[in-house]
Amino acid sequence: MPTDLTVAKKSALRQMTDDWSADQRVFRGVTWGKAMMWVFILGDAFIFACFLLGYLAVRHTTTEAWPNTAEVFTIHVGGKPIPFLLIIVMTLILDSSSGTMALAINAAHRRERKKCAALLFATVLLGLTFVGLQAMEWRNLIAEGLRPAHNEWGAAQFGSCFFLITGFHGLHVSFGLLFMANIARKVARGDFDDGRRGFFTGRRGRYEAVEIMGLYWHFVDLVWVFIFALFYLW
Amino acid sequence: MTPATPAVDRQHSGRLFFVVWAWLFALSFLSWLVAYFGIAGIPRWSLISVFMLAKAALIVAVFMRLAWERLALVFAIVAPLLALVAFISALNFEAVYIHSQRENYQGVKAP
Repeated sequence: MPTDLTVAKKSALRQMTDDWSADQRVFRGVTWGKAMMWVFILGDAFIFACFLLGYLAVRHTTTEAWPNTAEVFTIHVGGKPIPFLLIIVMTLILDSSSGTMALAINAAHRRERKKCAALLFATVLLGLTFVGLQAMEWRNLIAEGLRPAHNEWGAAQFGSCFFLITGFHGLHVSFGLLFMANIARKVARGDFDDGRRGFFTGRRGRYEAVEIMGLYWHFVDLVWVFIFALFYLW
Repeated sequence: MTPATPAVDRQHSGRLFFVVWAWLFALSFLSWLVAYFGIAGIPRWSLISVFMLAKAALIVAVFMRLAWERLALVFAIVAPLLALVAFISALNFEAVYIHSQRENYQGVKAP
């Protein structure tokens, strides 16, 4: 596009106002798939923000004592209590899955098919481990009497916040894993190299699918950053 | 700043991603240490918030590659997110106020 060459010479801020006041399109050079994933992420961010906002509101307005999360989420190792042990392990695993995802995107940009597929499968495995650990955490807490409407440690709202927030996040991870396993399979089979058409859309896939999948996956990790800090550690 | 075109993909050395990965580990571990040593009150909240925002910034800027996108897209994404942070902070103050009202008028705590 010849206009882009002139735009490139302008300062970033001037370029931004030009983009936003353009007649035809704002996000020049951004493919529709990527732009739409960002729009979806923005909408999802508002949903998670409403949950976290609601949780902080009920936690701060209730006159009952909020459960001490350091006690609720303690795991005993050799008789020694370690607070948030499972949570920090889950956090590091999800961070690692983000790391392998970022490397997979980089490999996709270099068109390194095997490396990209291997990294995507590693990301799927790490994600599965995360969901498995979360299921374990739910099972333990339910066995200890945590319910959406009551619990033995303090304010009843703790249970509803916990199940809603971690449940919705876990659902995002689970659906992400389904889509990622599909993308990993496509990369491994070489769909993006030989232009094989997708069975559902009939369109030819591109390596950009890996990057768009990565945006979603990093967003899921991003949400966990806030849950980890605001719900568990706060 | 060169305009990004879909035909040419930006490539980076893998090293950058390993460095960010290590930082994510370090920041997660540091915020866990805050809880482990039972630091309470304002120091706890400010430390956890700083580590949280640093992690979020690293993920969005490097892993989600927003640092290499055009400013028009960056603006469209970051501005609503900042509005969310402001919204959450505002309702936080509101919640503290409601709590004080409940204590005053519902006789939960003797004045």
